Amino acid sequence: MEIRNCVFALILCHAAFVSCAVGLGRNPPTERISGSAGDVLEDDPVGRLKVFVYELPSKYNKKILQKDQRCLNHMFAAEIYMHRFLLSSPVRTLNPAEADWFYTPVYTTCDLTPNGLPLPFKSPRMMRSAIQLISSNWPYWNRTEGADHFFVVPHDFGACFHYQEEKAIERGILTMLRRATLVQTFGQRNHVCLKEGSITVPPYAPPQKMQSHLIPEKTPRAIFVYFRGLFYDVGNDPEGGYYARGARAAVWENFKDNPLFDISTEHPTTYYEDMQRAVFCLCPLGWAPWSPRLVEAVVFGCIPVIIADDIVLPFADAIPWEEIGVFVDEKDVPNLDTILTSIPPETILRKQRLLANPSMKQAMLFPQPAQPGDAFHQVLNGLARKLPHDKSIYLAPGQKVLNWTAGPVGDLKPW
Amino acid sequence: MMKLSALQQSYLNRRPGSFRGAAPLDSSADGANKSPAAVFWLVLHGLCCLISLVLGFRFSRLVFFFIFSTSITTNTNHFMAPFRQLTTTTTAADVASDLPSNPVGDAALNGTRVVVGRHGIRIRPWPHPDPIEVMKAHQIIERVQREQRNQFVVKNPRTVIAVTPTYVRTFQTLHLTGVVHSLMLVPYDVVWIVVEAGGVTNETAAIISKSGVKTIHIGVDEKMPNTWEGRHKLEAKMRLRALRVVREKRLDGIVMFADDSNVHSMELFDEIQSTKWFGAVSIGILAHSGGAEELSSFAAVEKEVEEKEKKQAIPVQGPACNASSKLAGWHTFDPQPYEGNSAIFIDDRATVLPMKLEWAGFVLNSRLLWKDVEDKPHWSRDLDSVVDDDIESPLSLLKDPSMVEPLGSCGKQVLLWWLRVEARADSKFPAG
Repeated sequence: MEIRNCVFALILCHAAFVSCAVGLGRNPPTERISGSAGDVLEDDPVGRLKVFVYELPSKYNKKILQKDQRCLNHMFAAEIYMHRFLLSSPVRTLNPAEADWFYTPVYTTCDLTPNGLPLPFKSPRMMRSAIQLISSNWPYWNRTEGADHFFVVPHDFGACFHYQEEKAIERGILTMLRRATLVQTFGQRNHVCLKEGSITVPPYAPPQKMQSHLIPEKTPRAIFVYFRGLFYDVGNDPEGGYYARGARAAVWENFKDNPLFDISTEHPTTYYEDMQRAVFCLCPLGWAPWSPRLVEAVVFGCIPVIIADDIVLPFADAIPWEEIGVFVDEKDVPNLDTILTSIPPETILRKQRLLANPSMKQAMLFPQPAQPGDAFHQVLNGLARKLPHDKSIYLAPGQKVLNWTAGPVGDLKPW
Repeated sequence: MMKLSALQQSYLNRRPGSFRGAAPLDSSADGANKSPAAVFWLVLHGLCCLISLVLGFRFSRLVFFFIFSTSITTNTNHFMAPFRQLTTTTTAADVASDLPSNPVGDAALNGTRVVVGRHGIRIRPWPHPDPIEVMKAHQIIERVQREQRNQFVVKNPRTVIAVTPTYVRTFQTLHLTGVVHSLMLVPYDVVWIVVEAGGVTNETAAIISKSGVKTIHIGVDEKMPNTWEGRHKLEAKMRLRALRVVREKRLDGIVMFADDSNVHSMELFDEIQSTKWFGAVSIGILAHSGGAEELSSFAAVEKEVEEKEKKQAIPVQGPACNASSKLAGWHTFDPQPYEGNSAIFIDDRATVLPMKLEWAGFVLNSRLLWKDVEDKPHWSRDLDSVVDDDIESPLSLLKDPSMVEPLGSCGKQVLLWWLRVEARADSKFPAG
């Protein structure tokens, strides 16, 4: 009888608490993404999970970075900053026996061409070599064949390790990573290179640089649609049709003389300032569906117009992108102006209020040092939400699920 | 060390996704069955590649298209009739011929509607702006901007009491109309006190009635003297007269001095709403030489300081702040560079100079002028105790000039521009 009363009281308290949490007020002019999705952005992962960072020889991380410092500034820099963040984070544990997740710091996207583009050709071998190392020196990989390990693979098509989509699809996700959790920028539904349970993160955009280009909020937004970037990749696809699946070329051909569309291929120095004076910013796909433009649009309060079919956006389980951005199918690009002008003004104002929410902006950034609510914490939140691990991931000793010799022959060469 | 094949070498210098004719060669070479038909197509394709190398465009694709135009597969992005086609008309044939052994990427991949490969560039039949869309977009922009402005709107806006001394002269209509338009744009209530030297005239009344704001037109009998010095003195007297009117009528609001030839920015009126008792703003001085040899370029004025002034820069008069954003002193006009060159008479051709501190740079709460107000600050002097001839700037209304509030980010923003332009001595004033 008494136990029942206690339980009843507990339920009542819980209900009261939940209703209080949902009824929290909105602060004009920003709007809180109310409900379970929005609150999740402000969760604190500390105390909810423990991460063990493997000590790999510096040839996997430090030496690579020393060879080319540009890796710290390009859009794949998340893998390096994630490592640095975890080393000094309170979620790190030095005792692997109590760890929930294991992190392997290997910088696979740091082999750069003179132009600054990463070459993925050695990445599978590098990853394989790292995994061989951790599986032979620690017992934790073999325990689960990597199911409680996570890797940061920010390259174009994630762990498929190729920049060309067809080749990437052909390779598929690296065999050894098939059970691990992947933290990647690439996300497209029903795609070979997006594994179930992956955490999609935004590409790295330099926070200090963006902060230094802020203009007063009073500046009226007078540009309707803004975009700067390539429409045709003249070097690789001069006729168009492959690059961006023809969507960027369609934008150019349909709207190049439209005064509402401020679009061009120039690289103005006032790029960030212009974004702050625009209502809509186009974020079309390129060779891969994701782009740093999304991060820039969110930080500068410009409503992102996402033109990429089936794209999976960063932290999609925490950020309600449908309410914040405008999604346009690639086949609807010729009607982009009609679509944008037919959005009711109240919806546009609401989207702007949601974008003005500082926790939104913070979740898209990788500031150094890390701040609460930033992308590092969102990744940890995502990992924490996957806990506790299902018992089925633990394998019997000696049991092997992954085929270590699968994949192209070139991958098996030692690195 | 990895051997880089020739194919991959060509990828090195470009962004991913090169898709030359080499690709199908690659894939068909990987295929296990080399039937004679495959070899034939291989050879033909190679030949076409060589030809297109020579000719400079994708000749092979066109040939394939024309050969296969009757048997276009449907699992690709199809061009519909309404869409205009570019030179990239070889969509269907390409995908069919390029990916013979590529098992994925087509619709065969379970459930995806996104196809890898070449797509068409969709263009609508008339790719030009639609005026109705443009109108709608502008309405959206206006709504967004209105919302932006509302975020910074002043709560409890106070009436702006503008005081303008004027007199009938050649350029009066020009200058006064400027003030009329500025006041018409002010989003707050305005009471405009126009004090006229030489008595109330119909000409002035006609101009100020066009403003649509509440006006109080007062005449002062004394005529405007012909010297700048005399004019400054009389204008000071006229302004005090207006302040007395404010006091008599107990007008409530913020008093600002809108001289008729000054240029006011709208931000000035927003900024002065935050005045508590007595505020000061920065004025940009457009002192020009009367002759044709104008200063060639004006440097940016926003943060210009008197001490750092070079020949080209515009002097700014106003409050000066120290590091903790408190009033520390004043930037005043330095007549040194213009020594011996300044105009004495109003119709001179020489440079007209402002006073050390112009009235226009000060704003005050009208309650400072009222009689019998309890919470008036003790550091203000009563208006009755001010002797007319002695006053040069409104600072004389204060016992303690350090209580002045610097406005416009502590004087860093120039919110109005001082200018004095009057007709030359030989100009003909239109009679009547």
